[in-house]
Amino acid sequence: MLRLVELTKTYPTGDQALKAVNLEVPAGQVLALIGPSGAGKSTLIRCINRLVEPTSGKVYLGDVELTTLGSSALRRERRRMGMIFQEYALVERLTVMENVLSGRLGYVGFWRSFLRKFPQADIDEAFRLLDRVGLLDMADKRADELSGGQRQRVGICRALIQDPALLLVDEPTASLDPKTSRQIMRLICELCEERGLAAIINIHDVALAQIFVQRVIGLRFGAIEFDGKPDELTPEVLTTIYGEEDWEQTIEEVDEEELDEAAP
Amino acid sequence: MAIISLSDGRKTWRRFTPSQQVTRWFAYLVAVAVFVWCWNRISEATTWFFVWDAPRIAGDILSRATPPRWSYIDKLWWPIWDTINIATLGTIAALFMAVPVAFMAARNTTPSRLFIRPIALLIIVATRSINSLIWALLLIAIIGPGVFAGIVAIAIRSIGFCAKLLYEAIEEIDHSQVEAITATGGSRWQVMAYGIVPQIMPAFAGIAVFRWDINIRESTVLGLVGAGGIGLQLSSSLNVLAWPQVTLILLVILVAVVVGEWVSAKVRGAII
Repeated sequence: MLRLVELTKTYPTGDQALKAVNLEVPAGQVLALIGPSGAGKSTLIRCINRLVEPTSGKVYLGDVELTTLGSSALRRERRRMGMIFQEYALVERLTVMENVLSGRLGYVGFWRSFLRKFPQADIDEAFRLLDRVGLLDMADKRADELSGGQRQRVGICRALIQDPALLLVDEPTASLDPKTSRQIMRLICELCEERGLAAIINIHDVALAQIFVQRVIGLRFGAIEFDGKPDELTPEVLTTIYGEEDWEQTIEEVDEEELDEAAP
Repeated sequence: MAIISLSDGRKTWRRFTPSQQVTRWFAYLVAVAVFVWCWNRISEATTWFFVWDAPRIAGDILSRATPPRWSYIDKLWWPIWDTINIATLGTIAALFMAVPVAFMAARNTTPSRLFIRPIALLIIVATRSINSLIWALLLIAIIGPGVFAGIVAIAIRSIGFCAKLLYEAIEEIDHSQVEAITATGGSRWQVMAYGIVPQIMPAFAGIAVFRWDINIRESTVLGLVGAGGIGLQLSSSLNVLAWPQVTLILLVILVAVVVGEWVSAKVRGAII
C-alpha cells in the first residue's frame, strides 16, 4: 500500500538524515519506527507526505508516486494520509470542533471553510469520532482548555476525519504520562484495526511499541537496521540500533507488562 | 569574573579582576568630567535673565488662562469629533494596508525573500520614519487642507508601525500548527486562515487598539498644519493669545486621550 524506494534526504547543512531507505507497508499494518534521537524517524514520515521534501527516491501510495506531484495533486493525496503529532499541534485558539473539522480542509473550498460552513455529513462524522474517543461534551471547548491526553484524542479525530488510508504518527506519547500513553497507543491501534488503516508510528518507548504493534523497524543514522516482529527485539538488536546499554531490564519489563495486559 | 588564589592556598572569587576594577573607576572619572564640562558650556550659552524670569511669566500666563472659558465648548464638539474620526478611520485604513505588508515581510510567509520581503521592509521603514505632521504637510499640498488629509496622514504613518509588530507576531507563531493544517491537504489560503490567523489574532487586536490610542494623540496636533481636528482651534486660539480657550482645548484633549486609553485597556483585557 505504501512503498518507499531508495528514499534519501540530505539537509542543506550536509546532514544525511535518510540514506536510501527501502520499505514496504501492506494495507492495514501497524508499524513502529524506533531509533535514537536524530536517526531520521521524523524526517522519514515527513518525507512521505512531503512536509519535508525528499532529496531523491520515490514514495508510492497505492499506485500514485508522490515525490513528483504538483501542488494541487499533492494536496489531494495528503487527504489520504492522516498525521498525528507529538505536541498535538492543535490550533490552540480554535474550538475542539473546529480542530476536528480542519481535517476536512482538503475536501472543502476556501470560503466554506473560512465561514465554517462545513457539509452536514462532515459535522455528523466529527460528532461520531468525538463520541468514539470520549470527548463528545468537549466539542465546544477551546483546544487550549484540554489536558494532554484529551488534546491527543482531538488530534486523532482530526487525522481520522480525513478518511485516510494511512496514518503517520510522530511520537504520539512523548508528552504524555505512562497511563495516558498506553491509552492513546491502544486507541490508535484499535482505530487502525476498526478501519483497516496502515500506520507508521514513531516512538521512543520500545516497551510500549512491543505491546501494541505487529512490526518494528529500527532506524540508525538514517538507515534501517532492524525489521521484524516485536518479540524478535533482543538485547543484541537493541544494541545495534541504540548502542551499548543493559537492555535486559527493558525487555523483562515488557514481558511483565504483557502479562498485565493479558490478565483482565 | 576573577578567581584569585590566596596566600594560604584557598581560592576566592570577585566580580572583577583588579585591572578591570581600575578601568571601571577611570571610566566613571571620565564620565563625571564630561558632565561638568558640558554643564559649564550650557551655562555660558544661557541667558540667565530669562530663566530667572520664567516662574513669573509662567504664573502670569496661568492667571490669564484660568478659569477656562467654558462657553467655548460649543465650538469644540465638532473638532473633537473630527479628531476622533481621523484617528479611528486612519487606524482602520492603516490596518487594511498593514496586514498584507506584514505577511509579505514575515520570513515564514513571504512569497519571495529576495524581492518581495525587501520591498515590504522598505514600506515599513519609510512610513515609520516620517512623522505624521510632516505627512500631513505633504498631503495638504497634494490633496488640500481638511479632515481627509488628516486621515491619510495618520493612515500612512501607522502602516509601518502596525506591519512591523504584526510581522514579528507572524514570525513567532508555533510552526507545528501550520504543519498540521498543511498535512490535512489544505490549500495555501486555508493554511493561512486556520494555521496562522488564529495564532496572531490576539497580537492583531492588541496592535489595533494600541495604535488607535496613539493616533488619538497624534490627530490632536494635525490641525496645527491645517489637516482638520481640534488642533486648528488650538492654533488659532494661541495666535490671538486667547489663553482661557487654550486651557479648555487642552482639557478636552486630555479627556479624549484618557477615554481612548481606557477603551483600549478594556479591549486588550477582553481579548488576551
